[in-house]
Amino acid sequence: MATSHQASGIKSGRLSSVDIAENFGDLHAPYDAHEAAVAADRCYFCFDAPCMTACPTSIDIPQFIREIQAGHAESAAKTILDQNILGGMCARVCPTETLCEEACVREAAEGKPVEIGRLQRFATDTVMEKGIHPFTRAEATGKTVAVVGAGPAGLAAAHRLAMKGHDVVVFEYKSKAGGLNEFGIAAYKSTNDFAGREVEWLMQIGGITVEYDKGFGKGLTLDGLKAEYDAVFLSIGLAGVNALRAAGEDKDGVRDAVDFIEDVRQADDLSALPVGRNVVVIGGGMTAVDAAVQSKLLGAENVTIAYRRDRDAMGASRFEQDLAASKGVKLMFNVMPKEIIGNGAAAEIELEYTDIVEGRVTGTGETTRLAADQVFKAIGQTLEGAPQELAIEGGKIQVNDAGRTSIAGVWAGGDCASGGEDLTVTAVAEGRDAAEDIHKSLMA
Amino acid sequence: MADLTTEFLGIKSPNPFWLASAPPTDKEYNVRRAFEAGWGGVVWKTLGAEGPPVVNVNGPRYGAIWGADRRLLGLNNIELITDRPLEVNLEEMTRVKKDYPDRALIASIMVPCEEEAWKKILPRVAETNADGIELNFGCPHGMAERGMGSAVGQVPDYIQMVTEWCKQYYDRPVIVKLTPNITDIRHPARAAQAGNADAVSLINTINSITSVDLDNMAPEPTIGGKGSHGGYCGPAVKPIALNMVAEIARDPATAGLPISAIGGVTTWKDAAEFIALGAGNVQVCTAAMTYGFKVVEEMISGLSHWMDEKGYTSIEDFRGMATPNVTDWQYLDLNYVAKAKINQDDCIKCGRCFAACEDTSHQAIAMSEDRTFTVKDDECVACNLCVNVCPVEGCITMEEVPAGQLDQRTGEVVSDEYANWTTHPNNPSAVAGE
Repeated sequence: MATSHQASGIKSGRLSSVDIAENFGDLHAPYDAHEAAVAADRCYFCFDAPCMTACPTSIDIPQFIREIQAGHAESAAKTILDQNILGGMCARVCPTETLCEEACVREAAEGKPVEIGRLQRFATDTVMEKGIHPFTRAEATGKTVAVVGAGPAGLAAAHRLAMKGHDVVVFEYKSKAGGLNEFGIAAYKSTNDFAGREVEWLMQIGGITVEYDKGFGKGLTLDGLKAEYDAVFLSIGLAGVNALRAAGEDKDGVRDAVDFIEDVRQADDLSALPVGRNVVVIGGGMTAVDAAVQSKLLGAENVTIAYRRDRDAMGASRFEQDLAASKGVKLMFNVMPKEIIGNGAAAEIELEYTDIVEGRVTGTGETTRLAADQVFKAIGQTLEGAPQELAIEGGKIQVNDAGRTSIAGVWAGGDCASGGEDLTVTAVAEGRDAAEDIHKSLMA
Repeated sequence: MADLTTEFLGIKSPNPFWLASAPPTDKEYNVRRAFEAGWGGVVWKTLGAEGPPVVNVNGPRYGAIWGADRRLLGLNNIELITDRPLEVNLEEMTRVKKDYPDRALIASIMVPCEEEAWKKILPRVAETNADGIELNFGCPHGMAERGMGSAVGQVPDYIQMVTEWCKQYYDRPVIVKLTPNITDIRHPARAAQAGNADAVSLINTINSITSVDLDNMAPEPTIGGKGSHGGYCGPAVKPIALNMVAEIARDPATAGLPISAIGGVTTWKDAAEFIALGAGNVQVCTAAMTYGFKVVEEMISGLSHWMDEKGYTSIEDFRGMATPNVTDWQYLDLNYVAKAKINQDDCIKCGRCFAACEDTSHQAIAMSEDRTFTVKDDECVACNLCVNVCPVEGCITMEEVPAGQLDQRTGEVVSDEYANWTTHPNNPSAVAGE
């Protein structure tokens, strides 16, 4: 029996495969060469450009845009990749509206920045489609480095280290590399297995071995790694998920948004992926938006993001909020979950309105109920499985500016490490910079 | 509403926008479409002598350069004069003039530099009832190799000689079309006047290679692996044309000689500028070739709107008003002092003014840590580069330092007296000031 759009419960096939395929198409279609030339022409080639300062990886944006303008996208790609080896993915997932494009002087002037992200994608796609890997390894140093976690920080570090001539072994907990690029980003931002293809492209540098299904608690210890390798870089991400602390959290239909997002990304057939009729996402960050929008794209009838503070406090950018709204997601502010109600499986959620009193979220006592056969928790991830001997700061592995942890010979970067926003681009910068520091200390 | 009716050499046309002699005016079909679209007049594509017509290349005839979004900025062509038989053109011209008596129709002519050739063709042209003729002494490609076109326009004696023949054998207005491929446009203009030309038209196209195909190592446009210089026109040549028109308009020897201005006219404003420098009308080609004949509608509405705003009721009201203000460098007032001023409300902090001034000019712009850009009055020479590179129109302006105020750069009080180079103490050949 075919299930319709309105079928209650968590069901697959709410939309036809054709509709789903269309829904999950590229969020921003790639530029063709002419569009890229026109978009590039809008760049003013600012002096000491603000966009460049705003980029966590400090890509020379005016330079790469000028290279596109002058018709050599391959040089543009090299300019990008020199600073950010995952420039292809960052072009797709960076919240450019709060980074380079927010800083663009044309944003200030007209509210219409140069579309830096799409131009970056044009350049990086050009070299990747041609299969060009514009980097070569330096002479072998004989040094070995262990990288734990094959997410953006680990990959960036591994590439930079391999390029410097070191031999790198990357240990990955899952059976696939890429980290959040592969598992944690909305599917419409990384179509056609871009994350996988990018990893493959990156590995062309050589000198990197990946060992899957290995990590702390899965055969590795920090002492073991330290003994076997000349340096260790930790990029283990945030594997834990915060609990709701609302009654009924254990009911069927309540799950972590990150798991749902992973299911969407890994699904061979999205029309076979079940989703609720009435979906409520608890949280206010990018993960909440990714889960909500994708629920809607799979055919959920009502999708609500319930966030405990006001719009301005939301972690997701205004662009992401508007994207969600444009897909039909309802945004509710100043509400927090009180109870999930249902007989075994979730059926409703009770939300309590909130006020912010002296900076703290406080319930007003007034409540409301929403139909909810599926509830996604997207209230933040936590560090899990980090070696005990490391110093922790603010719930993350403590590192200095160069990525050094409290233990000599051990560096860390990405979401698991202190400092910086939890963004792909920040992780790349941290991985790259730690690799430079590792190289310096190995060669000293 | 302003009256755009123009009387040029006694030839009336409903507006000053004529199509120049070029591909758009090669045949009856196009010219009828042009008149239907509203063009005031047409200079028919250049006629050659009777007999087998010239042939054109069968490869590309045009090359171009573009700005953003492929906006065509400059066009180059290697097309020759009409490649259709003289008889056919004359018949068509006769028919068209009969059907459009209120529009100007001028015959462009290019025949060998021999009296007989001109004597022979002129009566034939007169029979068409065309309003006048234009002598094509301008085309720089192809025909020039055969001693015609710009080969004539580059020799003032020939210009005068042929013009005299035309005035002798033809009784309607004779316009001499000049080539810009010379060192001083005043000499061919003076020659035309000496030959009793009724007017000059300029500029014809400029020798050019638009680009080089780096794969085939050949100039564009490329025909079978080779290229030849063509004639350049379009928006990119307008500044050159403006100057040449002004030079003729202000030359005492040719002052008052009617001018039909040509060169990159794309909108009403271009036309108004040429007329302000003394032109009696304008001729258009590239804009029509780029966008079609409909562009004349904007030229008409724009010019008439502007004239209404300014209170001009006819072209004659403002024609030549800018000519007296074109002068030689030596007469520019050296006591005039200005300083750049950056409007901080309009500034978008791109820093282009800073880069331009710091790297390539006078280090007269300061940049603060929060990207505030300010002019250093004690360094600014008012060169205007910052104004020109600023992407925000009107954000940086040149402000006159009034007489009596201190110029912080020179440490001198600005004088209200006019003083130029001719009397400047640094000028070795200065004449004593009075």
